[in-house]
This record gives sequence, C-alpha cells and structure tokens, in this order.
Amino acid sequence: MASVDYEHVTKRWGDVVAVNDLTLHINDKEFMVYVGPSGCGKSTSLRLLAGLEEITEGIIKIDDKIVNDVPPKDRDIAMVFQSYALYPHMTVYDNMAFGLKLRKVPKKEIDQKVKEAAELLGISNLLDRKPKALSGGQRQRVALGRAIVRNPKVFLLDEPLSNLDAKLRVETRANLTRLHKRLGATFIYVTHDQVEAMTMADRIAVLRDGILQQVDAPQVLYNHPANVFVAGFIGSPSMNFFDVTLVEEQDTKKVFVDGGSFRLEVPAEIADRVRKYKGQQFIFGIRPEDIHAANYTPPDIVAAPLKAEVDFFELMGNEIFVYALTGGKQFIARVDPRTRAVPGQPIDLVVNMANMHLFDPNTEMAIV
Amino acid sequence: MSDHARTSSRRINLASIGANALLWGYAAIVILPLLLVVSNALRPTREIFKNPVGLPTSPSFDSFVKAWEEASFNIYFFNSLVITVVSVLLATAVSALAGYMLGRYKFRGSMLLTAYFLAGLMLPFRLAIVPLFLLLNDMGLIDNRLGLILVYAATGIPFSIFILSSFFRQLPQELSEAARIDGAGEFTIFGRIMLPLVRPALATVIVFQFVPLWNDFFFPLVLLRSTDKWTLPVGMTRFFGEFQADWSTLFAGLIITTLPLIVIFLLATKQIIAGLTAGIGK
Repeated sequence: MASVDYEHVTKRWGDVVAVNDLTLHINDKEFMVYVGPSGCGKSTSLRLLAGLEEITEGIIKIDDKIVNDVPPKDRDIAMVFQSYALYPHMTVYDNMAFGLKLRKVPKKEIDQKVKEAAELLGISNLLDRKPKALSGGQRQRVALGRAIVRNPKVFLLDEPLSNLDAKLRVETRANLTRLHKRLGATFIYVTHDQVEAMTMADRIAVLRDGILQQVDAPQVLYNHPANVFVAGFIGSPSMNFFDVTLVEEQDTKKVFVDGGSFRLEVPAEIADRVRKYKGQQFIFGIRPEDIHAANYTPPDIVAAPLKAEVDFFELMGNEIFVYALTGGKQFIARVDPRTRAVPGQPIDLVVNMANMHLFDPNTEMAIV
Repeated sequence: MSDHARTSSRRINLASIGANALLWGYAAIVILPLLLVVSNALRPTREIFKNPVGLPTSPSFDSFVKAWEEASFNIYFFNSLVITVVSVLLATAVSALAGYMLGRYKFRGSMLLTAYFLAGLMLPFRLAIVPLFLLLNDMGLIDNRLGLILVYAATGIPFSIFILSSFFRQLPQELSEAARIDGAGEFTIFGRIMLPLVRPALATVIVFQFVPLWNDFFFPLVLLRSTDKWTLPVGMTRFFGEFQADWSTLFAGLIITTLPLIVIFLLATKQIIAGLTAGIGK
C-alpha cells in the first residue's frame, strides 16, 4: 500500500517557480505519468518526491506519512534516471547490490534478490560486466534492476526511455507495463513524449509552466481535454484550432461554427448546450483524424462538409496526412490512403462534428 | 588508387620515419647518460678514471653495498621514503576532500576559496624560505621531519586541488543522486562512488607530487641539520669531498635514488595517460 499525495506543493528557485501549488493524489499500484514540454516542472515534481530537491511550500505524503524532511533513502522509493546513472566502476551485479549492501542486507539475501531481478529482466548473463560494456537497452534494464532489488513502494522513472532508439523504445514500453503489473508497486513516470504517456499510463498528469493542467485516464484526456494546451499536447499530429464565431440560423435554429472561410453545423445535442453563447468568439478544435476525405467517409459520423485547398501531403502508408488550407490557415487531416490529394488543388473534406471541441478564447478552457 | 593518394601515403611514410628518427635520437640522449651511470656504478672508481666510458670488465655491486651501508644511504632512503610518502598522502587526502567540495558544490565563498587555493600555484615557495624558516623555528619544527612534511604537503595542495576539483566537477550529478537514493551518505558517495572514478587524476596528482619532493634538495638542506634526518639528495653531497669524489659510490647512490621513481612511473603510467587524455572521445 503506497499512495502518494502532493498537497499545495510549490518549488521556487529565487524568482523561478518550477512547481506551482501542485495538488495531486496518486493511488496505490497506479501507473501515473507526468507529461509536458521541457521546463514544465514534471521532473522537478518527481525530484521533490524523491527528496532530491527541497519543497518550498506544501507537503508531500507517501503512504499518508509526511515525508518533507525524510531523506531520500528512507522514503522507500527507487529512481531510474534518464542517463541511468549506473556506477561506472562497478559490475552490473555490484550496481544492483550497492543499495542493499548499504542497508546491511545479509549477503545471501542480496545474492538471491539480485539474481531474481536479473532473471526477471533477462540480464543474468551480464552480471559480471561493467556498464561500459553494455548496450543502451541493457544499461536501461540494469538501471531498472537496481530499482527492483530494493523492492520499493514507489518507483520513480525520469524519462527512462529517451536514450533508446525508436524500436527498442516501443519494446521497452510494453515490458515496463508488464513489469508494473507484476511488481504491483506504484509507478510514477516522467516523459515529454505523449505517446509514452498514452500507452503506459493508468492516469496522466499534464503539466505546463509548473501548473497542473489536467489529470485523468488517457482516453478521457484525449476525448475531453480540459483546455487548449492539453488538447494540443495530447495526440499526434496535434489538434487543429480555428478562431470561430458561434452563429444561429434564424429560420432553422441550427447552430454553426463560422470560421470565415467555412461554416460547420454543430450537432443537435451539442447545439442545445451552446446556443446561449451565440454571437461569441470561440476556439474551435478538431483532431486530424476527425477530418475525412469526402469520398472515403466512415459511416457513423456526424458529417459537416469542408472545402479546402491541399498545401502538401505526407504518405504514411496506412493513411495520408493532408496539410490543407482554408482562409489562409493551415490544418491537418488524416485521410484514407486512397484519397487523391494534389498540392494546389481543392479537396472535399468532411468533418466529424460529434468530436468537436470549443474553447473559451480568453481562459482557453473547454466549453465542449 | 589514384596517384594523388599514393603520393600522400608516401609523404606520410616519410614523415613518420622522420618523426621516429627524431624520437629515437631524443631517447638516446636521455638513456645514454643513464646507462653510463649504471655501467660506472658497477666499476670501481679507479677504473672509471682510467676509462670513463668503458664497460665494466668484472661487474661488482660493491659500490652499492658501500653506498647503502657506509655512506648511510639506508638512513637517507628511509628518511626520503617516509617524508615523501607521508607528504604526498597528506596533501592528496586534503586535496581530494577540498577538490570534491569545490568541484561539486556551490556555496557562499566557494569561488573565493578556489581562487585562494589556486593562488598557491603562482607562489614560488622557495622565495618564502626566510619567513617559512622563522615560522617553523617558532614552532620548534626545524631539524624535524614533521616540519619538512608539512611544508611539502602544503606545496602539493594547490596543484592537486586544481586537478582533482576539475575531475570531480565532470562527474554527472545523477551519479551522486542515484547513490543518495540507494542510501549512501555524503562520505560514502565520496569514498565509494566519486573517488574511484577520479583514480586517473589521483594517480597523476600523486606522481606529480612525488617526483619533485623525492628529488628536492633545497628544503631538506635548509630545514634539516642532523645527518640522521637527511634525505637522499642531501646525502648525495657527502660524496663530493674538497679534493676528490667517490664516483663509483656516487653513481650507485644515484641509482638507488632513481629506482623508486622509475617504479612509480611504471606503476602509474596507464592511469596518468588516462588522466591526461580524459575527456578525449567518449
């Protein structure tokens, strides 16, 4: 049982606020991912929890015990660093055993734990090697092994995959998820890569400029972003944003978003909720995969036609990213690979308005 | 292969032959006097006078025995060893601790402290001999091996701190953080993680201190009086009489003096090269 609580935690260095009034509860055995652009305070939040930085204000609890003044070694945590931080002069075995030796664990027990962890990670044959003689992926596993042998309540992982090549990263992602299930410990994982966040997390905490933007399950975050930042950060390619006005047709009572060069009908069930805002300015958000080519439209969508001009396109094999222009503004559509897209030529697109988003242009908070 | 490539490879060959010849020539200039010393140490003085550059006809180690026992080289050797080793260890221990703090931590006055230590590099210590003598005299440390050790240790510290702090500075912060989470205290981090990683720098620092101290003539001459406290370089002067010098024993003494330096260089070469080339490549 190891929950983690941040309660109004703030970290300042002089005038720089790295973490601003963070309040966050992490459940026992949860896989929590902190995600955000560099400098958003995600690593600092993790380091505050690890005890590597001092908290300026607020409290952090592990397992309902306040740990503000508890040194790192007594917090029952283990950390995997981006650079792995393996001790270069020690063998893999000694790297993994170091923490246990310092804790005066009996030799036999150390041996057993190290070998078990090595077995689990598939590095049993590397125990006599020095870190220098290992590949990036192997080093990463040793760093994990060093954390595992300690059997901590909370695992802290600071961008552990960012030094691996793309293929290995995908593989390791799956292994980490499996490891989390198997160890039954709380994982807190920091990354700037939203794909890692989406694929591994039970819940994701999105941070920006030291402020927590939204915490929720990946799918909820994806479908219902709380603000423009989260909407733009989660998902690749990013969500398209347009400045629009909400208008109502007098005779039909239909509601539209009007972007000047286009006018898209808002589906009835959403229209009723937003009718009161008619005449106001909004940021209209739509994900690239919710824009289809008119000829290849999936059946169950709420379609609104959109004419645009192809700027250029990228063939992805299973789909095409069309960079299209409307009213001089570029946006991306992920369309069927059979679509004929010719740069400079018009293209007929269809927008699935069931998945539309509206944001207040002043607060950038989501309305729909 | 093009003509151009062939000429350039020939040019490289010529250059490397030239460089080799130059290096061999230099090596000969260094080695020949050394060989002369070895050869003459194995011959009695009479023979040396007859033919200064001849090879020993019947090599004998008499002069070594004579130097060691009659000329008290056993005592000098012991003195030199104790004084040099203790000085070097003392200076290195102090420098490692200071270099660790100065290299890895920023605190109020750390820049000033660094500058203060480095200022020692610019001071010619021999110029300070008079105040130094007076100071040691007041402390009752004249004609005392401890006095010499303290002076020596002090002279070694600026350079050692300079080298060690820059090595400590290069070690990644995450290493000590990982160790802290693993449960290591500051001294464990220093002793078991950081110190082993600056081993090349330690070897460099030790050798660079050891050699000049071992060879030093000036400070023991001024600070030590009784012959039973003399070091090897001072002891060597006893072979030069007013009217004659015992060349054979002198050469034997020279070899006895030089041997430890050769040994320490052989032992530390690999580490020193690693230290001097640190940062080159990955």
